[in-house]
Amino acid sequence: MDHLSELENKSIFIIREAYYRFKDIAVLWSIGKDSTTLLWLCRKAFFGKIPFPVIHIDTSYKFPEIYAFRDEYAKKWNLDLIVGKNEEEIKKGMGPTKGAKLDCCNELKTNALKATIARHGFKALLLGIRRDEHGIRAKERVFSPRDENFKWNYEDQPAELWDQYKSTAEEDNHFRIHPILHMTELDIWKYVQRENIPMTELYFSKNGKRYRSIGCKPCCSPVESEAATVSDVIHELETSHTSERAGRAQDKEDAYTMQKLRSLGYM
Amino acid sequence: MEEKTLHIVIVGHIDHGKSTLVGRLFYDTGCLPPDKVEELKRISAEMGKELEFAYMMDHLEEERQKGITIDIAHTFFATPKRRYVIIDAPGHKEFLKNMITGSSQAQAALLLVDISQGIKEQTRRHCYILGLLGIKQVAVLVNKMDMVDYSEASYKAIRAEIGSVLGKLNIKPAYIIPIAARLGDNIAGKSDKLPWFKGPTVLEALDSFSTNEAQTTRLRFPVQDVYDVDGEKTAVGRVESGVVRKAQDVYILPDGTKGRITAIKQFMRDDIGSATVGECIGVTSGSALKRGQIVVDEVSSTITDTIRANIFWLIDKDYKIGIPLTWKCATQEAKGKIEKIHKRFDPASIEVVEEGAKEIRPAEIAEVEIKLDRKVVIDRFSDIPEMGRFVLEHMGHPVAGGIII
Repeated sequence: MDHLSELENKSIFIIREAYYRFKDIAVLWSIGKDSTTLLWLCRKAFFGKIPFPVIHIDTSYKFPEIYAFRDEYAKKWNLDLIVGKNEEEIKKGMGPTKGAKLDCCNELKTNALKATIARHGFKALLLGIRRDEHGIRAKERVFSPRDENFKWNYEDQPAELWDQYKSTAEEDNHFRIHPILHMTELDIWKYVQRENIPMTELYFSKNGKRYRSIGCKPCCSPVESEAATVSDVIHELETSHTSERAGRAQDKEDAYTMQKLRSLGYM
Repeated sequence: MEEKTLHIVIVGHIDHGKSTLVGRLFYDTGCLPPDKVEELKRISAEMGKELEFAYMMDHLEEERQKGITIDIAHTFFATPKRRYVIIDAPGHKEFLKNMITGSSQAQAALLLVDISQGIKEQTRRHCYILGLLGIKQVAVLVNKMDMVDYSEASYKAIRAEIGSVLGKLNIKPAYIIPIAARLGDNIAGKSDKLPWFKGPTVLEALDSFSTNEAQTTRLRFPVQDVYDVDGEKTAVGRVESGVVRKAQDVYILPDGTKGRITAIKQFMRDDIGSATVGECIGVTSGSALKRGQIVVDEVSSTITDTIRANIFWLIDKDYKIGIPLTWKCATQEAKGKIEKIHKRFDPASIEVVEEGAKEIRPAEIAEVEIKLDRKVVIDRFSDIPEMGRFVLEHMGHPVAGGIII
């Protein structure tokens, strides 16, 4: 079996395992390359129709291209789309320029997610995080339990052997399930190429710049790049030496911002 | 480049240099982006240290402050030969379940031994676990050679000690390499300070390992779930061993019902003739299938409610005979309990602690008999690993891993 097929099969196994365990499950879609790849894998796992809702956490600070892409493919792929938004904080003017960025991420992403999970009673969420993205994510389990306060107990994670994922214990409020944890950024783009997965145009060079990692508009910077197609992007990654999230503000504030965000329930 | 990725776990006693080795390996092979190097330098300076390579893997604030590894971290790198996933495991006994989690995903191991300390408690424990998990490709790295002025005599003395201890654990190290992880000696390039050593560097040792695992031809297809695909009941799952073919006659275990594969399905693929190990597929067979059943080509599996196995205890509470457990193997799940504890071992001393025991203590290994409330389908781990290993849970928490003997 070739490398990409091996990765794909691993993901499909996890997605099916998750759906067997949890009928009250949803997949989180940020419309970026990773979660769009995750949606693609879900479609493959269930022979074309994803049998659970797809959640988009909308901070209202996303790129217009992201909203357009979301609406187009929600329709094409017949998705049961839920948009989760912390309207109250958005009305109050919460934003990355007002106060600390950590608070903004926490209110508009984590708390919006918490409210969405509570409203729909989800017991599990599929997330497209990858181990090579960030040192903290490198330490994640495939099935990661969260308590009622959404706390990620990174100091005492369950053993996870041989694709036997932890069952639900009394104190487990919900599970974060990570079907593409084992893929790298380069794997994602090679898989996108092989499968011809549609991607937002933000990833491709315009006027000498492109986005390599996409979050909210004010907190993301494009990188210098001439890569205008998927194969250009692959070539660029194979020869480049900067890290993927170099353009993400979250990672720069202090060394443990990501750890703090994640322990509070951030994706 | 080879298609298959090799998963390597880094093990050894506390402070023998596991995380430092990984950081250094990345640095010396140019796999650490310059902005990450800058970040490491900045954080190292904040902590009042020179460039600390271990921080590449030890990313938790608690890990950096205490200078320890709490949980495993996976990282990716490639040589011209192949891709690697490097799994850095913690050295403390308290974090043994994390070390075992990491090792369960590996096909080869690098064992670090600090030259001035020699073989310690966790060195033995980790070796024992590698042996139990069937990891046969092991390279021992004798670290901190700079502390003994790169002395060949010191290396030879420790080499003899390593050979004798690992021999007792049935591990034959492929290499015993003198290194200084912090300084990069014999990591990616040959060290001019160790001219007397004629063996490979760490990088060369990695490339010499193999990704080939012995595979049996016997079909094992555990049913994961049943979906309705185009109006047909389709059993989905992953082929764990052998090959499944269209129009093949099969048995459905544990009942032993006969069936025939009428179709193999994947999304957007037509007319699939066969599927092999690792492939996630759907099959139709004419009979009603359900999760936990095992589709086989001939009845060579053991069908039983009593399992003899070596288990490693993962949690910091004792097990007492009779406490209810859930047994999970492939997609099978059954309730049961340990009825007999034939022997319990302390892998740190490599000694049998007690025969005919009534309890198992934290971090111990035990040879046990498990009684389940129904018949299940198993193979010996040495025959078909995927059907010969299991996890035990109590109240939703994994408490032990097991190898069927």
